[in-house]
Amino acid sequence: MAMSPALYARRRRRNRVSIGLALAATAFGLLWLVLILAVLLWKGFGGLSLAVFTQMTPPPGSAGGLLNAIAGSLVMTVLAVAIGTPLGILAGTYMAEYGRYDRLTSVVRFINDILLSAPSIVIGLFIYEVMVARMGHFSGWAGAVALAVIVIPVVVRTTEDMLALVPDTLREAAASIGLPRSLMIRKVAYRTARAGMVTGVLLAVARISGETAPLLFTTLNNQFWSLNLNQPVASLPIVIFQFALSPYNDWQRLAWTGALIITFAVLALSIVARLLASQRKSS
Amino acid sequence: MADVALQGGAVVASKQTDRSQVLRRLQVHDAAFRGLTRAAAIAVLLILGGIIVSLIHGSWPALRTFGFSFFVTESWNPVTNRFGAVAPVYGTIVTSLIAMLIAVPVGLFIAMFLTELCPMWLRRPVGIAIELLAGIPSIIYGIWGLFVFAPFLQQHVQPAIIAAFGNIPVLSSLFAGPPYGIGILTAGLILAIMVLPFITSISRDVFEAVPAVLKEASYGLGCTTWEVMRHVVLPYTRVGVIGAVMLALGRALGETMAVTFVIGNAHRVAPSLFAPGTTISATIANEFTEAVGDLYTSSLIALGLILFVITFIVLAAARYMLLRLDARTGS
Repeated sequence: MAMSPALYARRRRRNRVSIGLALAATAFGLLWLVLILAVLLWKGFGGLSLAVFTQMTPPPGSAGGLLNAIAGSLVMTVLAVAIGTPLGILAGTYMAEYGRYDRLTSVVRFINDILLSAPSIVIGLFIYEVMVARMGHFSGWAGAVALAVIVIPVVVRTTEDMLALVPDTLREAAASIGLPRSLMIRKVAYRTARAGMVTGVLLAVARISGETAPLLFTTLNNQFWSLNLNQPVASLPIVIFQFALSPYNDWQRLAWTGALIITFAVLALSIVARLLASQRKSS
Repeated sequence: MADVALQGGAVVASKQTDRSQVLRRLQVHDAAFRGLTRAAAIAVLLILGGIIVSLIHGSWPALRTFGFSFFVTESWNPVTNRFGAVAPVYGTIVTSLIAMLIAVPVGLFIAMFLTELCPMWLRRPVGIAIELLAGIPSIIYGIWGLFVFAPFLQQHVQPAIIAAFGNIPVLSSLFAGPPYGIGILTAGLILAIMVLPFITSISRDVFEAVPAVLKEASYGLGCTTWEVMRHVVLPYTRVGVIGAVMLALGRALGETMAVTFVIGNAHRVAPSLFAPGTTISATIANEFTEAVGDLYTSSLIALGLILFVITFIVLAAARYMLLRLDARTGS
C-alpha cells in the first residue's frame, strides 16, 4: 500500500506542532518561576538590612524589622516538628514494619494521603474548634498544633517509603542473631533509612514554614516581642499577609522583604532535601 | 548486635534466672513498642475523624437554622444574618476549572518534553525547576499576583480581550465589565501556575513507567513522537494521568492565600470572568476573625465543611485511580 506524500506531510506537520507545543509549555512553566523569583529579588532585596533581623515589626510610618515575626515562626515551626515528627515516624514504622500486610495499614495509607493534600485552611478551622474555642483565646500553641497536623502526613509518608526500601535481608540477619523486633527496627532499620527520614522532616519544615492559612485564626498576630505561647504570637507569613494588604508603603516594603526571606529559605530547604535524597539513591 | 540486645538489662547474663528475666523484659519492651506504633497509626485516622466531627459540630447551628436553603442561597449578609453558600461554591468551582483548563494541557506537554524530547543531562534540572514552583509558599503567589500579575492583566490583557470579544454573543458577557485586574479569571490563572508542578511531576513519573519495548516497537513501525505519545503512552497511562489531574484539582479547590489576595472578595455570582468573586477558602480567610455572632462563625465553618467534603471526594478518587495504576504495573 503506497502512502500518499500528503499523509506523510500531514503527520510530520502534526509532529512538529506538538514538539513546538511541548517546548513552549516547558518555557511557559519555567518563565513563571523566573518571573516570581525575579520580582521577589527586585522588590525585596532593597529592604534587606540588619534592621530586618534585629528590630520589631513597626507601627505604620516608622522604620522597623521582622524580628518578632521571624522568632515566632521559628518557635512554632520547631514545636510543630517536635510534636509531629515522633508521631509520624511511629505511624510510618507500624505501616512499614509491623502491619505491612494489615488492613489497618492500607486504610491509614489512604487517609494519610488525603490528609497530605487536605486544604490547610480546614486544618485551621479544626484546631480553632478544638483548641481556640475551648480555651477562649488565640495562642501560639494552637498554631504549633495546626502546623503539626500538616507535618504528620508528610513524615508518615516518607518514613513508610524509606523503611520499605530497607532490604529484608538486613531484617532477617538481625533476627537471626536474636535481636527482638523493636530493637531491630531502631538499631538496624532506622539507621539504614536515616537519610531518607531526615529528608521527610526537611520537606515537612519547608511545607509549614510558608503556611499562612492555618495560622490565621489560631495564632492570630502580635505586633510586639512575645514568645509566650499562651498568647497570640507573630509569625512571618501572617505579618506578610497583613503588611502586604495595608496601604502603607513601608509596611509593603517589609512584606516583600519577608516574602524574599521565606521563599529563599523554603527553596533552599527543599533543594537540600532533594540532594540528600538523591545521594541516598546513588550510593 | 547481640550485646546491644542485652544492653542495660543484663548485669550477669550467665545465670539462668537473669537470662529469662532479660528475655521477658525484651518481650514486654517489644510489645510496648509495637503498641506505640500501632497507636500512632490509629492517631492518623483519629485526626481525620476529629476534623470531620469538629467541622460538623461547628457548622451545626448554621445548618440547623438555614437547612437546605444554605446550599441554594446566594445572599451573604452579616447584618441580616442571612447566609448562603452559592457564591463561594461557584467561585471555588469556576476558579478551579479555569486552572485545570490551562494546567492540564501545559502540564502534560511539559511531561512529554521531559520524557521524550529533553536531552538526558537537562532532565533533572528542568524537572526540579518545575517542582520548585510547588515549593513556593502560596502567600508569595498571592502578593505577586496582587502587585505584579493583576496590574499587568488590567493594563495590557483584559482591555484587549474586552475589545476583541465585545461583539460576540456569549464571549462578550463572559469577558465583560471594567478590567479590575483582580477577579475570578486572575485567581484561576494563578491557581493554574500553582498546580502545574503536581500534574507535571506525576504524569512524568507515570510516563516513565511505560515499558520501553512498547515505545520502541511503535517508533520501529515509523510512528512520530506525537503518535507514540498520543496512541501508546497516553492510553497506557490514562488512569495515572487522571489521578494526577484529580490530585491537582484537589489542591486548586482548597488553595487559600493566593486566591484570597486576587479574588476581590465579592459575594455574588457574576457571569463575567473579569468580575471579582470569592471562593470558600478566601471567604473563611477574610472573614473568620472578624465574624461576630455564632451564626456567622458557624456559617463560615459550614463552608469549610462543604470544602472538605468536596476535596475529600476528589482526592479519594485521585488516590483510587493511582492505586489502581500501581496494582496494574505491580510497583
